[in-house]
Amino acid sequence: MAYLELDRVAKQFGTQTVVDDFSLSVGKGEFISFLGPSGCGKTTTLQMIAGFLDPTRGAIRLEGKDLTAIHPAKRGLGIVFQSYALFPHMTASENVAFGLEMRGVPRAERAERVRAALAMVGLAGYEDRHPRRMSGGQQQRVALARALVIKPSVLLLDEPLSNLDAKLREEMQIELRQIQRTIGTTTILVTHDQNEAMSLSDRIVVMSQGKIEQIGTPQETYEKPASAFVSQFLGKTNDFAGTIDRTVSPTQLVAGSWRAPAPAGLGGPVTVSVRPERIGFGDAGLSAKILTRIFQGNHWLFQCDSECGPAIVIRQNDGTAQPGEGDAVRLTWRPEDMSVRARAGA
Amino acid sequence: MSAVAEERSLRAPWALTAPALMLFVGVLLIPLAMTVMLSFHDWGQYKGIEPVFILKNWHEIATDPYYAEMFWRTFRIAILTTLLTALLGAPEAYILNRMSGRWKSFFLLVILGPLLISVVARTLGWALLFGGNNGLVNKLLMSLGVMRSPIPFMFTETGMVIALAHVMMPFMVLSVWAALQRLDPQIENAAMSLGAGPATIIRRIIMPQIMPGVLSGAIIVFSLSASAFATPAIIGGRRLKVAATLAYDEFLNTLNWPLGAAVATLLLAALVLIVVGSNALIERRYAEVFR
Repeated sequence: MAYLELDRVAKQFGTQTVVDDFSLSVGKGEFISFLGPSGCGKTTTLQMIAGFLDPTRGAIRLEGKDLTAIHPAKRGLGIVFQSYALFPHMTASENVAFGLEMRGVPRAERAERVRAALAMVGLAGYEDRHPRRMSGGQQQRVALARALVIKPSVLLLDEPLSNLDAKLREEMQIELRQIQRTIGTTTILVTHDQNEAMSLSDRIVVMSQGKIEQIGTPQETYEKPASAFVSQFLGKTNDFAGTIDRTVSPTQLVAGSWRAPAPAGLGGPVTVSVRPERIGFGDAGLSAKILTRIFQGNHWLFQCDSECGPAIVIRQNDGTAQPGEGDAVRLTWRPEDMSVRARAGA
Repeated sequence: MSAVAEERSLRAPWALTAPALMLFVGVLLIPLAMTVMLSFHDWGQYKGIEPVFILKNWHEIATDPYYAEMFWRTFRIAILTTLLTALLGAPEAYILNRMSGRWKSFFLLVILGPLLISVVARTLGWALLFGGNNGLVNKLLMSLGVMRSPIPFMFTETGMVIALAHVMMPFMVLSVWAALQRLDPQIENAAMSLGAGPATIIRRIIMPQIMPGVLSGAIIVFSLSASAFATPAIIGGRRLKVAATLAYDEFLNTLNWPLGAAVATLLLAALVLIVVGSNALIERRYAEVFR
């Protein structure tokens, strides 16, 4: 049974459709990410759940109840904003206490819950600091504590980590995941950072131009991308132009001098997508020349010029000798490591 | 860096600010010092100004209740004007800030437009509307039988406060507007998501954050109103004098320059004290918001 359900939700601004036909059901305790480039409608969708925007069409239900009929102040959702939107004239503990105060929680209980919430995000001892006297990471934690202290039915995170530097962002990702696991709050994260989405979420909703491209676990979306957009957006990928050769039996998939038994159900021109880390150097396969070889500590990055266009290859630094720049190589991969899609206009 | 270059770089800021500094000293500091000195000189109907050092003028101001009344009235009008502009200007700026693009710039222009018109012209406008039996509004109301006699506006403190508030409004709106620009655009949504209603959001979240803007606007409006000349001169005339018009009359009608200088000096000193004092208080109280 779905805990939070979005049923064919759409949002139009004037004639422009920003979100279209968005359907998703979120289970209780699940961590979902809305992933997509800026302007894909992910924040608009989040704001419709929060109630700052009304959907043009469709329904949003929380435990079967129509959420859009409830005023945003009464929805009881916890929200962390990209800018944190802390109240600068209040101390950290006053910020966290605000939501409890609005709910009429008695003073003694309020103080205890505020203390516990700040301790949970690692800010014990910072109760009387004002937000502008705190670092970005600390402000972020106050915002998280403020959203969680009201025990929200759903936690909404609007690009909460995008204003932090890379190292801090990684720390916060781990911490966010731990906190979410411990208290089990259903969480929706909006992000444009694929690493963030993959490392945090149970399921990812990949969006582009207001539409859902794919819903799946991080592994599914990465390894079985449903569209060219998903495979391009989630990590690096190589797209090779190939054809299905029906003149031979059994039919064969041909990309340059690389060939394999053709997958069923496809014919004519196709696109073969392979992740760079799944390509190896072999004796047979796509012939290519290595243009540059970059050493990156735990792996090597090769940029090659192949028969089917540019290709990138990533090899683990496992101590074996690697080909050098200018070497002619053969690129090969297992049929199960590629995804094949029909190619239009060829 | 060589010693010569270092010396030059030390001298450069002085050289660059010298022209402005000289102008400032020439047209402000020297006349100001001369006015202060003038307030200690003697004056007689027949002997004119005598450059001696006496406390006669200051003694007169301190003991004659006439001057106390003048100054008390001046500050009463300034305080009421400040309150009126704050009460109307702060909500005005808030509403303006929430308007959408085109309306926002239109109404901002409406509010700032009067700044382009001379204070004299604007105040005369009030006089044309409410001035005695011939004032436009008075005529209309009387011919409709709503009023028997003209609305008491001219030569009243109420009229002066209203006309001054009209003149000063842009300063308050701009000041609050600037404070509103510093607000996080999501702050109201954040408060709403935590369960706060519209009234609570304004009282607990918006007001405390724009208070520094209201107070700095209040300082501007207060000091400009207390030292205003044109509006009190036209609305209040000779009947309802304030410190600025009093000093003017001493200088140009009675020709008692030393006494006028003493009044002007006292007004300046009182204003500087009030403004500097309240500014220090505000900065201390709202240190966290200003940061």
